[in-house]
Amino acid sequence: MTVTAELRNVTKTFGEKTVLDNINLEINEGEILALLGPNGSGKTTILKILAFIENATSGEVWFQGETVDFKRAEKFRLQSTLVFQRTVLFDTSVFNNVAYGLKVRKTPKSVIDEEVKNALRMVRLQGFEKRPAKKLSGGEQQRVAIARALVLKPKLLLLDEPTANLDPKNAAMVEEVIATVNREMKTTVVLATHNMFQAKTLPHRIALISDGRITEVGAPAEIFGMLSRNLASFAVVGNTFTGNSVPTSEGTAVVDVGNGVRIEVTAQKSGEVSVFINPQDIILSKTALESSARNVFKGTITEISDLGALVKLKVDVGKPFSVQITKRSFLQMGLNLNAEVFIAFKASSVQVL
Amino acid sequence: MALDIPAGITKALELIFTGDPELYGVVYRSLLFSGIAVILATLWGTPIAMLISLREFRGKNLVKTFFTSLIGIPTVVLGLVLFLAFSNGGPLGFLGLLFTPGGIIIGEAILVTPIIISIAASAIEAVDPDIMNLAKTLGASESQASVAVLKEAVNGVLLSNVASFNRAIAELGVALLVGGNVAGLTDVLTTAISRYTARAEISFAIALGILLMVLVFLINLIVLLARKTKMFVTMWRSP
Repeated sequence: MTVTAELRNVTKTFGEKTVLDNINLEINEGEILALLGPNGSGKTTILKILAFIENATSGEVWFQGETVDFKRAEKFRLQSTLVFQRTVLFDTSVFNNVAYGLKVRKTPKSVIDEEVKNALRMVRLQGFEKRPAKKLSGGEQQRVAIARALVLKPKLLLLDEPTANLDPKNAAMVEEVIATVNREMKTTVVLATHNMFQAKTLPHRIALISDGRITEVGAPAEIFGMLSRNLASFAVVGNTFTGNSVPTSEGTAVVDVGNGVRIEVTAQKSGEVSVFINPQDIILSKTALESSARNVFKGTITEISDLGALVKLKVDVGKPFSVQITKRSFLQMGLNLNAEVFIAFKASSVQVL
Repeated sequence: MALDIPAGITKALELIFTGDPELYGVVYRSLLFSGIAVILATLWGTPIAMLISLREFRGKNLVKTFFTSLIGIPTVVLGLVLFLAFSNGGPLGFLGLLFTPGGIIIGEAILVTPIIISIAASAIEAVDPDIMNLAKTLGASESQASVAVLKEAVNGVLLSNVASFNRAIAELGVALLVGGNVAGLTDVLTTAISRYTARAEISFAIALGILLMVLVFLINLIVLLARKTKMFVTMWRSP
């Protein structure tokens, strides 16, 4: 298998702080590799080093069989492109944004027009060329950023939390584009994510990262199948809890995750397990609902973050749960901080790891 | 001798509307000298502003403070310094710039350089810090990435140009001391006003004063409209 890029004993420090600690990682040609880890674990720094816009403090970076001298990284940058987590756009039209990299490469104008059109079609923004990029919605802006990278047909496409701030519709579209690009253009993709679902479905391999170290690398099935102690560190990701699972006579199991929170799950495992509940699978209500959901908890809203079309809430029910609802529901329900609410989710929505 | 002000104003308006060549010669020189001075100051000031705002170095704040405080330098002091430098016995006397249009242009360019540097540097610093990395990851070289940052700061750079032009066209000290106020050669709006006033030729002085005010007002109006319609921005950023 050909290796597209490789980090050998890479360490990165910012002042006193070690952000990456002796990272060894091979990125195989044609694969999608997910860097899975909580915020602040060093994922972004790895991507910036692979994009050659951040220099490793020590260690070696290899790209297509050559060691990369950071001072002469310009030619390598032409083949490796990073899409930032926070969408950064030039204050100009969609066309000029997407065309930027091609203009820098002195591509003929007729080719630029054609390529920009194709790239915009891929992210389903055809006809958006003349629109001011900064006036688009958050999801559309992120798709412009992705088109701007795709148009360059890089050997290595780096994506930092490509769907973190997107509503489900835009997120699904972006995931589809990533899969298509990898499949049809054979582009090697490295994506950073803290979304377990994304890590489970999209990549060929996963590298687990915590505290600047790579703790496991393997196929998604291997990583999720193994009950690694490292997974506990993902608790900070949200909605991941560990506890003792006890099978019930009804064919389910109850996992006691502490503080009186007992989660019913469909997997009949016993012993120590990790459970994960997708924030989008949780139903929020002001009164206890009579429903088929086996898990209903009462709690208070402790945090509200606006994601555009969506609102992310933290609800403390003894354990903190992340819940995602649409802005419209949020406004209609008249929710605010410290409001008392109920959360409900089905036993079958709980992923047991 | 008492001045007949109403008659002066009437004559001044007559000079303006009949297109008096002497009067408009002065206006032309003012526009030309100030314009070239601003272009020169932009050419050398913008790269300095970029260095100051994009690079990290020791004493960065000191350098910024230095340029900011130079904005307020009394023009007559700078005029004196340059007069001494350009005079026969001065270190730059060999350039022969004293009492020439070139002398005024250089002097005014130096005068407005701190304005260009300070305003442009603030504008560049206000640009999203990720723009540099964005341009680079899309394949831009170091200098192309810097240009990308500069384009994002275009409004600020434009503002620095306008502020500089206003300062240059309305200043007296440098033009008077370095230019020597030679009629028909180095006299500009401000110095000509002072000369005509001293000679009690108030109609010329008033006409020039009116034209100076109209010019300053027009320039600001054009910029205001341009920023509103984003004319300059579109011109600068077109593909």
